[in-house]
Order: sequence, then C-alpha cells, then structure tokens
Amino acid sequence: MTIGLYHPSRSPLHRARAGAKVAGLLVLSLALFLVPSGIAVFASVPLAFAIYLSTGVPFRSLMTQLRGPAILLGIIFAFHLVFGTVAEGALAVARFATLILLASAVTLTTPVSEMAELVEWLLGPLRPLGVNPEKVGLSIALAIRFVPLIAEEFRLIREAQAARGLAANPLALIVPLVIRTLKSADELADAIEARGYEA
Amino acid sequence: MSQDVSTRDIVYIALFAALMAAINLVPAFQVGFLPVPITAQTLGVMLAGALIGAKRGALAILLFVLLVALGLPLLSGGHGGLSVFFGPTAGFIIAWPFAAYVTGWLTEKNWHRMNAVWFFIFAAIGGIGVVYLIGIPWLAMVAKLSLFDAAMGSLIFVPGDLIKAAVAAVIAETVRRSYPLMQAAR
Repeated sequence: MTIGLYHPSRSPLHRARAGAKVAGLLVLSLALFLVPSGIAVFASVPLAFAIYLSTGVPFRSLMTQLRGPAILLGIIFAFHLVFGTVAEGALAVARFATLILLASAVTLTTPVSEMAELVEWLLGPLRPLGVNPEKVGLSIALAIRFVPLIAEEFRLIREAQAARGLAANPLALIVPLVIRTLKSADELADAIEARGYEA
Repeated sequence: MSQDVSTRDIVYIALFAALMAAINLVPAFQVGFLPVPITAQTLGVMLAGALIGAKRGALAILLFVLLVALGLPLLSGGHGGLSVFFGPTAGFIIAWPFAAYVTGWLTEKNWHRMNAVWFFIFAAIGGIGVVYLIGIPWLAMVAKLSLFDAAMGSLIFVPGDLIKAAVAAVIAETVRRSYPLMQAAR
C-alpha cells in the first residue's frame, strides 16, 4: 500500500525499522537543542541533506516538500536579523533545517502502515491508563478509509453548488459536507452495532 | 453513554478526522485587505469541538494530527509527515486537540443557549485563544525568538482566524438546527 508521502525505494534508510528511525530522530532533535557548540549544529545541515538525498527521492519532490518550511525559516531569520543577532538567527535556522530534513527523510522512507503499527506498539504500555491500542488502530484505519470517500463527497457537493453559482461560498460547501458526514457516521455505527461488534 | 469510548464514538471520531482532512481541500482564499491567505485548517478544529463535543472533538483532531504524523499529506497545501512536528510552527498544530476540547467543553456546558454568537465566542476562545496560547510560546522557545517577536509574527493571522471563527459559528448554528447532535454526546 503506497499512500501518503512514502516514496518506495531500496535505500539503507528504507530498510531500517520504523521504531529505530523515530527514536534516532528524537535523540538527535534533543541533542541539537542541548549541544552548546554552534559548529556541530552547522555541520549537521549538510549531513542531514546527504541523508535526505540518500533516500533516492527525486529532486523535484524535494523542492515542493521543502519550499514551505524554507519560507518560514526565512521569516524567522529576518526576525533575528532585525531584533537579534545574525549568529543567533543562523543557528536557529540551521537547527530547524537539520531536523526538518531528517524528519522528512523518515517520513519518505517509512510506509504509513508501518508507522501505524509503531503507534499501536508504543501505546501498549498505556493500557492500564485506559488506552486501548486496538481501538486506536481501528480509528486510524477507519479515518484513512474515509478520507478519500469524504473528499469525493466534497467534490460532488462543490460541483452541485457550482451549478447554483455557490462554488466559492464556504457555508454552501461545508454545511452539506458536515451533515452528510454525521449521517454516514450514524449509519456506519448502526451497521457495526447491528453486527454485534459493540466494543 | 459509558465513560469509555464506544464503537459509535470511534466512528464519529474517525469520520470527523477524515472530515477535517476534506475541509483542508477548500482552497486557501485571499481576502483583499489581509496580508496572508486564509486556510481552512483551524475551521475544522473549531467545528469538531462545536459539533461533536469536547471528548470526541478533541480525539478526532488528535487522530487527524496523528494521521499527519504517520505521513499522510493532509495539511493544507498537501503538507504532512514528521517534519511538520520538528518545524517552528509545530506548537500551533499540537495545540489543535486542546483547542477542540476547550471549544467543545464550553459548547456542551452552554448547549441550551447556543446560537451563532455563542458559537463564535467559543470557537474564538478555543480556535484562536488556546492555539496561540500554546503556539506562540512554543515558537518563541524553539526559534529562540522573544515572546513578543513571536506574538508579533503570529498577529497577521488573527484577522483571518476571526473570519474563520465567524464562518465556523454560522456553520455550527446551521447544523445544530438541522441535525440532532448533542443528545448523542451525553
């Protein structure tokens, strides 16, 4: 199943386990905020970039993925430039660049299903607190199943409202969408209960 | 309704998370006098709290945020993945479930007197107040900005957010009148 931002390939990062990648990411992010040496932070940027490129993701998708964060980092740098110091701004931007590149690399190399399994596994110890990992897994699966259905519903509503000249009216688009979603939720819940799956 | 999350709750939570994703397909629109485009994202947060209550609304938004973290490009503009949570604006997104909870809690407590004006006030308290209360200090901390600078940088989004709260209020009031909602929440 290849949905989401996952990019299928055979890089070393693809072969690593989801848990290991996420744990590594968390340790690194903590280290980047705690390490006092600016040199280490700056050196991490090209390293993170190399790791990102090692995933074999085409350069074009890299540009579309990173344009948004790059603009944001530009604004933050500008703020530091005006109200603070250049060195401070450069350090903050470098830290984010590394983290965003590495986090993107993890997302690009890990299928959504593997991440979902990781979440279920991580929630296991919370069972005594009333968290039920199976229910979380069911919610994830249901939501993923319904995203394309509701998006299609939304497309139909938009076409219908466009025919009435209401395509740009958020009320005319969202009210029917919300009511249809509530209706399908009730019907689906009735269907599940009628089959005796009451949890 | 039991204290636990029932099957019906799970269905509501999952479908509202999916709805939140679909709402993000509403293209960002530019209002003449505002410097930044308005995206529909926090509209979904406000609506979840206002329409399916505090607990289910917050869990629906939490589920949505989780789906984004798992690698689904559900944020406006097709963004998503773990990188969102390591960027400077992560706090605003992590605030969303809390925002939905606050809006939902206020709505539940005042359900007998809800109208568009109350919906607007509660949507603004949750969807603007709570989101900025968490998002701005987070931004200041991770981007090493002063609290004041971070707040100034975020201010340009407030007019758009107020418009969204108004839109959410009218939607919530219309839905409240046309579909039985909160009976199921208790």
